[in-house]
Amino acid sequence: MLRFIFWRLLQAIPVIFVVITATFFLVRSAPGGPFDSEKAVLPEVKRALEAQYKLDLPLHEQYIAYLGDLSNGNLGPSFKYPGRSVNEILGSGLPVTAELGLYALSFALLIGVLAGVFAALRPNTRQDYIPMGMAMIGICMPSFLLGPLLLLIFGIYLDWLPIAGWGDLPGDKILPSITLGSAYAAYIARLSRAGMLEILSQDYIRTARAKGLPEWRVVIQHALRGGLIPVIAFLGPAFAGLLAGSFVVETIFQIPGLGRFYVQAAFNRDYTMILGTTVFLSTLIVFFNLISDVIAAWLNPRLRAQFKGGA
Amino acid sequence: MNTEQTALLVEAEDGASLWHDAWLRLKKNRAAVTGGVVLTMMVVLAILTPWIAPYGYEAQNLDLGATPPSAAHWLGTDIFGRDLLTQILYGGRISLAVGFIATAVALVIGVTWGAVAGYVGGRIDSIMMRFVDILYALPFMIFIILLMVVFGRNILLLFLAIGAVEWLTMARIMRTQVQSLRQQEFVEAAVSLGLPPSAIILKHIIPNALGPIIVYTTLTIPSVMLLEAFLSFLGLGIQPPQTSWGLLISYGAETMEEYPWLLIFPGLALTITLFSLNFLGDGLRDALDVRGSKD
Amino acid sequence: MSLLNVNDLSVSFVTRNGTTEAVKNVNFTVEPKSITGIIGESGSGKSVSCYALLGLIPQPPGRIDSGTAEFNGRDLLALSQRELRSIRGSDVAMIFQDPMTCLNPYMRIGEQLVEPLLVHGVANKEAATLRAIELLDEVGIQNPEAAMRAYPFEFSGGMRQRVMIAMALITEPKLLIADEPTTALDVTIQAQILRLIKSLQEKRDIGVLFISHDLAVVSDIADHIVVMEKGLVVEQGTPADIFTNAQHPYTQKLLAAIPNGAPPEPENGRDTLITASNLKTYFTSENSDEPVKAVDDVSLSIQRGEVLGLVGESGSGKSTFGRSLLRLTPITDGQISFDGIDVGGLDRNNLKALRRRMQMIFQDPYASLNPRMTVYDTLTEPLLLHKIVARAGLDAAIRELMDNVGLARGFAKKYPHEFSGGQRQRIAIGRALATKPEFIVADEPVSALDVTIQAQILDLLKDLKDECGLTMLFVSHDLAVIRQIADRVAVLYRGKLEEVGNTSNVFNSPQSDYTQRLLAAIPGKSAA
Repeated sequence: MLRFIFWRLLQAIPVIFVVITATFFLVRSAPGGPFDSEKAVLPEVKRALEAQYKLDLPLHEQYIAYLGDLSNGNLGPSFKYPGRSVNEILGSGLPVTAELGLYALSFALLIGVLAGVFAALRPNTRQDYIPMGMAMIGICMPSFLLGPLLLLIFGIYLDWLPIAGWGDLPGDKILPSITLGSAYAAYIARLSRAGMLEILSQDYIRTARAKGLPEWRVVIQHALRGGLIPVIAFLGPAFAGLLAGSFVVETIFQIPGLGRFYVQAAFNRDYTMILGTTVFLSTLIVFFNLISDVIAAWLNPRLRAQFKGGA
Repeated sequence: MNTEQTALLVEAEDGASLWHDAWLRLKKNRAAVTGGVVLTMMVVLAILTPWIAPYGYEAQNLDLGATPPSAAHWLGTDIFGRDLLTQILYGGRISLAVGFIATAVALVIGVTWGAVAGYVGGRIDSIMMRFVDILYALPFMIFIILLMVVFGRNILLLFLAIGAVEWLTMARIMRTQVQSLRQQEFVEAAVSLGLPPSAIILKHIIPNALGPIIVYTTLTIPSVMLLEAFLSFLGLGIQPPQTSWGLLISYGAETMEEYPWLLIFPGLALTITLFSLNFLGDGLRDALDVRGSKD
Repeated sequence: MSLLNVNDLSVSFVTRNGTTEAVKNVNFTVEPKSITGIIGESGSGKSVSCYALLGLIPQPPGRIDSGTAEFNGRDLLALSQRELRSIRGSDVAMIFQDPMTCLNPYMRIGEQLVEPLLVHGVANKEAATLRAIELLDEVGIQNPEAAMRAYPFEFSGGMRQRVMIAMALITEPKLLIADEPTTALDVTIQAQILRLIKSLQEKRDIGVLFISHDLAVVSDIADHIVVMEKGLVVEQGTPADIFTNAQHPYTQKLLAAIPNGAPPEPENGRDTLITASNLKTYFTSENSDEPVKAVDDVSLSIQRGEVLGLVGESGSGKSTFGRSLLRLTPITDGQISFDGIDVGGLDRNNLKALRRRMQMIFQDPYASLNPRMTVYDTLTEPLLLHKIVARAGLDAAIRELMDNVGLARGFAKKYPHEFSGGQRQRIAIGRALATKPEFIVADEPVSALDVTIQAQILDLLKDLKDECGLTMLFVSHDLAVIRQIADRVAVLYRGKLEEVGNTSNVFNSPQSDYTQRLLAAIPGKSAA
């Protein structure tokens, strides 16, 4: 198992490196420098600013300097918010986004797995069609449409829940979490249905029934372990999707999280901020992919043994 | 045709090909048929937009302002007094075009890449697929945003960027297909007949790999359309004066308290199209008996 | 009194396309302390009737139309699911066909083994574990404590079937239903498992219902045989009755299909057509640096006009050897010469010319035909590729081929999925013969087919061989089939050639240990 983790880590390193390099040069090659829009800046001031942000150095030296900073965990200063470093901004946004993502994912897993397993138990009956129909709506109703609609209905017409903010008013975390999680609930429902259907048709389920096991034990003890492996493997990509989704959800509900900062940085052409956030988020995504792969492999006894033995 | 040939073929009863069987199964699936019909309508409307749109694309009526649906403006107007139906029709052209063209880009690259890797096998295969693995691990959503920021919001770039993300899965599916088909005994039989590789690929592998490709293509279009709408919503995709459903939803969301129809109708257009594509894709998956392609 | 008395059982399946009667008014009994064998081909209803007894048929689409099944004084068919559940796995236990898929791959052996005891409240966890270890030992698993902690993939098929048997017997059932328990196993393993079932049955005095498609296997083990065809019981009696005095034409057909013909007399003075010298075919393995030596230094030659039977169990390298001869699998070392031509050294054009002269027939007629091509297209391909006929003569040639392999001409425009397994194998044979080859590798050509169909295809191959003067390498795991068709026999074991000789010599006085063991394992001796 250690070997497997090690092997996957080894694969992750070039990926992260590619991300850093590509992002750096993309951002630097962008037309228009960060201070171009500021009309009132005098040439001397501009030069001073550029020197401060090392923009006057040749590109490859900038790159090496940036790598050096990165290795110390320093993502550099923000162009747009002088005096604030990218680290600080990320540090203030991360807990919020992490909390939002956690709620959304919990919501998605709970609803998705329940609906999927429920549907798989009686395929092609109403018990299957209703949750799967809902899942289809979830897939076809993107968060940027669902969010405003939920706001309109529950925030404005019914006035049950706050329409913006995070942790300021009671209940203001409900709508964003549901908005972000619903599409993933839908995917997870479809995945767990397919996984369970596949497993429930296996011979060893028949063996379990022939042993006289009650149906709930057949499902929970024998089918769930194999049936949910696709869901586990999906969690890595889902994490990446949730991050991207948080851009939209945080914009709609005006939540001070990473996603909103990123989108704002994109509009402001705050290059160090974009660069820093991209590197940070990418590393996070690669890391979560790794974890979900490792868990999925660990659930498979054959793979587990293979890597344990170090063969 | 000589007489003997005619004799044999007259004697022979027509068989039912797998395509024929699949078509019969698809026809029975009401959701898929409805999806197909709705989708066709959408495409026809998009193509005919310049001739059938009730108002000109740039026609404004600032005095009128935003009005709810009425006889003159079936879906109402926006704050500039522009006809919403016209906007949705023109937006649909872009949204559908992005969906189809970017998917086509992904299809061409992915199928070729996957087919070559799967058929050649060995070291070339593992190098090609390792490349796909690395790209797969990249956080593409963030990258696309980055691209849009850096190079400006260029529609051509959008096609390329989205296509470049989606081809990876296509390549994986195609490779798995080709690899498993290669090991099938009928391909081995073709090799032992002495058939050249080109004929084996054309006659034995591609026709059998087509099912999953068709299904996955149908299911890629909606996810591409979603991606475009997502970017446009954030203001990083399609830019005015062009419009798309994502952009219309974004405008609608800003003013939804006062003018909810500006959110609801573009949202409905997008959702209905995505529904149709997904139902059609699922129906095709069942009809062509494709297992585990996407979920 | 009978242990199980099934009376007038009818089961049907209701689907959108109509109702299929799978089992029609079936009667049979299982006496205590004896084995009842049910024999039939696929679709005969033999498994369905047994699964129906335990409520293991999904309803819908399944439906029990009539009947009673008295077990221990209760009618199984009248019980509720809850009551049936208390009987399943305690009084009546089951083992299934494919041990590779019947154990849960995600659970440890021990966990699965103690489950019946825990579910039926027979023992607590400690007692159950002790009992499980005891039983694993009894069914012949070495180091049972370690086995308890192992996962199924760590065991071979035969070992898994032993685990399945232990799991079935752990609650001391009165009746054991065994559904083709040895079909997926190699013949030497099959013999071991059959012996195990028989000895456990005698020791524990339980009744066994043994389902199989193989009359020879059933006759070895059963005290009473029930023959089923198309949902009906057509005949029943003791094995001796069945073998000496079969009344029903279907039973007679089954008996006739047991390959037991005398081996053909070898003719002498023929020249060598194909020779493999020191042939090695290795595969690289993903899990280990050691290559898998599928064929390991085999030298063998085949005379023009003979059928060489190549025998071996799974993993013996017999299929790889056949494919290597045809250059379908790249060889690692050694030489193959065909009619004086070095097969390994041919360039593409010469190889194509040679391919016309040697062809292959595959095991699985469901995989060896392109599902998107009609019979006509399939047969056209080789004819035009090798310019066997001009386009004008195509139809006549195809008609002749179809006649030769016994396919009705009306089938020309049909697709493979519209045919049965036997018909498909005829199409595949037609394709192989289209190039008018001299040499054919037949890789288990009948092992995916029902017994009576097997006999037909074997007859067809024999006829074609005589008519066309074919030379054949006939690869099979089934010694009875080999004996019927081969002039000479070669035995492969783990990639090495164990023995080669005239069929009658090998069968009557095997030289190597392995061949002796293989021959001793052939089922059906007790009755024949």
